[in-house]
Amino acid sequence: MSEPILEMRGIKKSFHGVRALSNVNLTVQAGEIHAIVGENGAGKSTLMKVLSGVYPHGEFEGQIRFQGADCQFKGIADSEHKGIIIIHQELALVPLLSISENIFLGNEQATRGIIDWTASFVKTQALLKKVGLKESPNALITNLGVGKQQLIEIAKALSKEVKLLILDEPTASLNETDSDALLELLLDLKGHGITCILISHKLNEISKVADSITVLRDGATVASLDCRAQKVSEDLVIRHMVGREMADRYPKRTPNIGEKVFEVRNWTVHHEVHPERVVIKNVDLHVKRGEIVGIAGLMGAGRTELAMSIFGRTYGRNISGEVLLHGKKVDTGTVEKAIANRIAYVTEDRKGYGLVLEETIAWNTTLANLGAVSKRSVIDEGREFKVAEDYRKKLNIRSPDVYAHTVNLSGGNQQKVVLSKWLFSDPEVLILDEPTRGIDVGAKFEIYSIIAQLAAEGRCVLMISSEMPELLGMCDRICVLNEGSFVAEFTAAEASQEKIMRSIVTSGVN
Amino acid sequence: MASQTLETQAAEAAAGGSFIKNNLREYGLLLSLVAIMVFFQVQTNGTLFQPLNLTNLILQNSYIVVMALGMLLVIVSGHIDLSVGSVSGFIGACAAVLMVNKGMHFVPATLICLALGALIGAAQGYWVAFYKIPSFIVTLAGMLVFKGLALAVLEGSSVGPFPAEFQLLSTGFIPDPLHGEALRITSFVAGLLMALVLLVSKVRGRAERVQHGMDNEPALLFMAKNLVFAAMIAAFSYLLASYKGLPNVLIVMLLLMLVYDFVTSRTTLGRRIYALGGNEKAARLSGIKTDRLSFYTFVNMGVLSALAGLIFAARLNTATPKAGLGFELDVIAACFIGGASASGGVGKVLGAVIGAFIMGVMNNGMSIMGIGIDYQQVIKGLVLLAAVCVDVYNKKK
Repeated sequence: MSEPILEMRGIKKSFHGVRALSNVNLTVQAGEIHAIVGENGAGKSTLMKVLSGVYPHGEFEGQIRFQGADCQFKGIADSEHKGIIIIHQELALVPLLSISENIFLGNEQATRGIIDWTASFVKTQALLKKVGLKESPNALITNLGVGKQQLIEIAKALSKEVKLLILDEPTASLNETDSDALLELLLDLKGHGITCILISHKLNEISKVADSITVLRDGATVASLDCRAQKVSEDLVIRHMVGREMADRYPKRTPNIGEKVFEVRNWTVHHEVHPERVVIKNVDLHVKRGEIVGIAGLMGAGRTELAMSIFGRTYGRNISGEVLLHGKKVDTGTVEKAIANRIAYVTEDRKGYGLVLEETIAWNTTLANLGAVSKRSVIDEGREFKVAEDYRKKLNIRSPDVYAHTVNLSGGNQQKVVLSKWLFSDPEVLILDEPTRGIDVGAKFEIYSIIAQLAAEGRCVLMISSEMPELLGMCDRICVLNEGSFVAEFTAAEASQEKIMRSIVTSGVN
Repeated sequence: MASQTLETQAAEAAAGGSFIKNNLREYGLLLSLVAIMVFFQVQTNGTLFQPLNLTNLILQNSYIVVMALGMLLVIVSGHIDLSVGSVSGFIGACAAVLMVNKGMHFVPATLICLALGALIGAAQGYWVAFYKIPSFIVTLAGMLVFKGLALAVLEGSSVGPFPAEFQLLSTGFIPDPLHGEALRITSFVAGLLMALVLLVSKVRGRAERVQHGMDNEPALLFMAKNLVFAAMIAAFSYLLASYKGLPNVLIVMLLLMLVYDFVTSRTTLGRRIYALGGNEKAARLSGIKTDRLSFYTFVNMGVLSALAGLIFAARLNTATPKAGLGFELDVIAACFIGGASASGGVGKVLGAVIGAFIMGVMNNGMSIMGIGIDYQQVIKGLVLLAAVCVDVYNKKK
């Protein structure tokens, strides 16, 4: 075999002391389709950002060799110049510009700043033909579907004489027909000598097109598999993806599960911006007293959408279905009503949706239940102080006092403030969305202990998480959500990472 | 023992130092107002603090202060209102038509005008709050609309004079049943009482907070600040009392100030407005009806604009088509000089009031010094920029 087109060796990268990549090796042969797989947070996107120069040379350790030469990219422009082009999951097209304007954005067909529209048009037409699109180059991007937009991105890459094309989850938001068309196109490009790196969760797609597979886990390469030499089974890939040891990272708890308290029936939610897309499809769900129920699933499976649509319809349109508490139908149509029915939602995005960062711990703690610290709508600052101080001690929030501004707290302490806020509203049902995202291991254990305590008090906990070990370690029951429906449900005893991953990756096939 | 006391003293001094550093903004604002006053007092050879001028200063700035109270809420909630000048002009015009042309009694006419202000605020707030149209655009439209309507209502000419009772709103002073000769004793006593009440309420509030361990303002700093403040109030009321006494409009202004300060700092309503401006999504997810709240801040702004329009009309004793021209700039500048953040969530009522007086004292002082209106504007613009730069710089640190 000839020299590989790309070699990345010993790549290490950390953010503020947190290791994102600890030791990644990647070898891509010229003219192949190379798949990179791994769980959420395994480091796939970070690796691609290192490769494409988003993190310039010097911000990471390790070596990149491309086409036999050492590379020290200072920015995206450098890597694009060499023919490495990345297409992100979030498409980077300007919606209100035409196809040809988008394709040549930053690379205009111009002489001395004056654009040659005829040349743009003709070249765009040729590029569109290559990717199998029949749209006019003057059509606006906003009028195209997501699938076609993805193809436009590829056409844009082709216009820059791409040698190595990187696609980050290209089919995540595509339907089956569009996905197939895209995969066909990748095989076609391969025929024209273009090398391709494909990041995907969908193992069935990967086994369709990939020539080799690299598996990442916890920021390191754990396996490099060659699909040409022997058939690689999905089992093998899944085992590599999840195979980590479960240590004693979770508090011991003896579940004391009672009757069914919280129930959601026939819940259907449409996309907020594109109402024709159904995000949650006819979902049923229940939680019993003192039970912790986990919702597993990949990013984009609809977990947050499900939670927020239940909590005061803060996400989605055309929501239908019913929410029941103790067997009685309740109205959760606004956040106020949801809170009044003793439901709480702890957001996955504590900075964006959870805290008013400029304000103090005390201020944030009482925000969802101001009535309880005020008399005739005048706030009793003494009572507010006592409440906040109480939670600060109970949840062990590390700060000089409750008048510390939340913006200065660490992620773990911020999360505890958000938890305080919702605990102060005294909920019966707590929906926790990624409760430990971006939190260090020590603080995680504290959060887990709080969650266990809440369940022991007889509250219902619904826990959404992308970290499977956390779900396995904490939950009494795990429901697997994929593409808006529950595809599997496991009890704590029968659940395993392999089973969950398998139920996700095989659900798309049929 | 001695060294221990020394150490605690040093620690206390250090704590005081860090407290001042952390609260630089609030002290800095008050200090700059004092500095600007002293500067102009010297530059104008003592004219600034003459009782007549001081009275004028208050009368000239009252309507700006009144609108700044509403504008602060609008800005804190994350919006802006460019229409306040035009609205106040339009309401002044309506008042003139009702009272002068139609001969209506001033009480119902005033009430109608305030209600009209609320309606105007509601009309603008509706688009901002429920249709999510940027407030900048809605109120820019409002600015044009009400400027035009003021012209239309007045048919292009000035209308006046107003009934004498109505004029008292701006030009009247509180009565003096004690008949002081050189000094309006009632006014002076009222001023002293005010200073005393302020002092007592501050001390009480602090005692309560200290009891809960909530206050970390060093005692010395606290006493010094409030004594200076009380002394200033007493001194000003003495000066005012040696002329014609406390103007009616000052009483209106002070009452509104107290109410708005209380609402923003102590009530759930105020708390929710800050949450709305600080992080609308978090506020909404905490069960706060953010849309309705934005709507009401605009209604409130409309009422205060109307009140300001009435005060201004009463002061000029005519309604002119040009009334209210450019007020919005002074009002918005007052809020930003007073420490409000353009991105919402930050700002204090007292800050906006001090900001308004900084602008007012500069206007007044520069006019006395004979600086032309041209360079006055240049200087005011630069002061606004400097104040906000200091804010941004402090935040970055």
